Amino acid sequence: MVPLSCYLMLSGILFVCGVLGFLIKRNIITIFMSIEVMLNGVNLSFVAFAAHWHSLSGQVFVFFVMVVAAAEAAVGLAIIIAVYRTRETLNVDQVNLLKL
Amino acid sequence: MTPNPYLWIVPILPLAGAAINGFFGRQSSKRAITLIALFFCGSAFAMALFLAAGFSSASAPYYYDLAHWLRSGSFQVDFSFYLDQLSLVMLLVVTGVGFLIHIYSVGYMWDDDGYYRFMSYLNLFMFFMLTLVLAKNYLVMFIGWEGVGLASYLLIGYWFTKDSAAAAGKKAFIVNRIGDFGFLIALFLMIKHFGSLDFTRVFAAVQSLPTETVGVGLLTAIGLLLMVGAAGKSAQIPLYVWLPDAMEGPTPVSALIHAATMVTAGVYMVARSHMIFDRAPTALTVVAIVGTLTALFAATIGIAQTDIKKVLAYSTVSQLGYMFMACGVGAFSAGIFHLMTHAFFKGLLFLAAGSVIHGVGGEQDMRKMGGLRVYMPWTFMTMGIATLAIAGIPPFAGFWSKDEILWKAANASWVYWVIGVTTAFITSFYMFRLMYMTFGGEYRGAPVEAAHGHDVHAHDNHGHGDPHESPWVMLGPLVVLAFLSVVGGFVGYGNHFEHFLAPVFQQGADVVAQEASSSAEKITEYLLMGVSISVAGLGWLLAYLLYSRRPQLPARIAAALGGLYQAVAHKYYIDELYNVLFVKPLIDGSTTILWHGLDQGGIDAAVNDSATAARHVSDNLRHMQSGNLRSYAGWVAAGAAVVIAYMVWMGVR
Repeated sequence: MVPLSCYLMLSGILFVCGVLGFLIKRNIITIFMSIEVMLNGVNLSFVAFAAHWHSLSGQVFVFFVMVVAAAEAAVGLAIIIAVYRTRETLNVDQVNLLKL
Repeated sequence: MTPNPYLWIVPILPLAGAAINGFFGRQSSKRAITLIALFFCGSAFAMALFLAAGFSSASAPYYYDLAHWLRSGSFQVDFSFYLDQLSLVMLLVVTGVGFLIHIYSVGYMWDDDGYYRFMSYLNLFMFFMLTLVLAKNYLVMFIGWEGVGLASYLLIGYWFTKDSAAAAGKKAFIVNRIGDFGFLIALFLMIKHFGSLDFTRVFAAVQSLPTETVGVGLLTAIGLLLMVGAAGKSAQIPLYVWLPDAMEGPTPVSALIHAATMVTAGVYMVARSHMIFDRAPTALTVVAIVGTLTALFAATIGIAQTDIKKVLAYSTVSQLGYMFMACGVGAFSAGIFHLMTHAFFKGLLFLAAGSVIHGVGGEQDMRKMGGLRVYMPWTFMTMGIATLAIAGIPPFAGFWSKDEILWKAANASWVYWVIGVTTAFITSFYMFRLMYMTFGGEYRGAPVEAAHGHDVHAHDNHGHGDPHESPWVMLGPLVVLAFLSVVGGFVGYGNHFEHFLAPVFQQGADVVAQEASSSAEKITEYLLMGVSISVAGLGWLLAYLLYSRRPQLPARIAAALGGLYQAVAHKYYIDELYNVLFVKPLIDGSTTILWHGLDQGGIDAAVNDSATAARHVSDNLRHMQSGNLRSYAGWVAAGAAVVIAYMVWMGVR
């Protein structure tokens, strides 16, 4: 059986990849995908703990996260399309209308 | 103790007058202002006469508790009023002389733009002075005490656009603060040790204490502190310096506040507290010494002054010194007697001087007067009577009171008597000098400009350039006061006045012992009386010789005396000395330490620096808000990392 620590390390690596991608990338879609990577990294730790402690609550949490992520993806992609239509770019550094 | 519900009405009347004129005077006509001011002041006088008519020594003292004021545990102070023989004398003097001076002011101030303001202030002064006189406890007295100081300040600085008047007002106020500080501490001591400020209760407590013959104790401390207060208000050494400057005010003010009434408040207060002083001989000796020295000191300065009001101012200081000398040797009733006669003749002198100033068009320098007896016969006659009175020529009022004081002083110590008689000589000299310089000889001044304008009260002889007599509204009070200066002294004949005040001062002067004086003592008394009359005559003679027969002589004498004359003419450089000793160090210390050091360097710097620091910090923090989405995310990530690190660290521990 694969020990818990391996799952957690994989989960951590996934999360950090997501964070770095979020911080480094400029394309909105890539940033969006980085967020998904972070969410799934967390999901992985949830299920790992759930299996380890024989508790269902972790798995229920994962379902919640997936539902919210799906909803968020729907709204987020709609926004991205709207942004592209008006700004004709997906570079976040150029989407700075609110900055003085 | 008999309750008398009319007592509180006396002070309230002038207050009502002051309020009405103060609030509505600007819109009213001068006639209405005059009517209100005179009505309320006159009704106070009528009220005082009514109280005097109903006064009987059997039922005295009267009192009335108007309202509760402070209720703090066992310590209680009420708005309560008190009338005994002593306050009755003061009451009549204040309202009577005050009313006369109100009438006079109508003529003197009629053309002034601030007429309503002046009348309102005068009424306000009357209110506070009557509060002071009628108080039943030291705190209500203190209200009056501070109030007359305020009225005095307002009236000295009445012509506030003139720098010197504004400065004189401030000087009077500040010097009085020093005295009031002593008075206040005396009150605190009384509260601490007697638990009350009520006259009857304080004196009852004092009576149970032994006389402090050896060493000094509580009563001596209270007495000395009260004397500090009295020295401030009554212009005694070392706090007399404000009174001569107070002559910047209009002349009726000088007559009312700075001669007849307010400045005698200190004497009244000392006499009122005689129970304390009786048991503190050291304090009483200090009172006597201060009074004696002031009397002589101020009189010598009076010799060399050329401003007619300044001469009278120093004369007032000197006469107040006499009153304190009397109190200091335990002859309180003699002091109050002199207070009363002094109110008559010094009030008259100032009013007559005002009439002279009015007549010559605002000139105050006696060197530019002269010969006025022709132009202003009434002023000349009344002022002459007042001069005879103050010089101590019998049978005028001043003779009786001054002789009484000198006799009592001689009984205490011949030193007081010698200085007192010397002062009487100088007094006579400078007063007759004033008379000869003002009324004698030829007119030396410039023609009076018609523009100085008293056209409302225009006279027949107006406008042709000569000095002119004042209108009757001003001469009337002069005549009444002159009459009082002549007959006012006879109440002291046969010790009537002393007997009248005896119930108040029974523990003070030994009236009984005085009466039993042997025939040998009577001879001494007449001898001393003769001496004081002859020195008064000598002073007159000297003034006549120097200022009437040989007017060139004084200048030569002054030149011969050189430095000494200069010192006297410059008031012994006391103002300059105080400037160097107190005023300059205070200003310099305040400027460098308190202003530049503490205020600008400490308080302001703290406020400004914290503002600057806040701006610098926010300047730096501003850079976080770059508008760059990824940098925000970075901050969030970093913050999360810090939180996680903290939690891990806590978990490890």
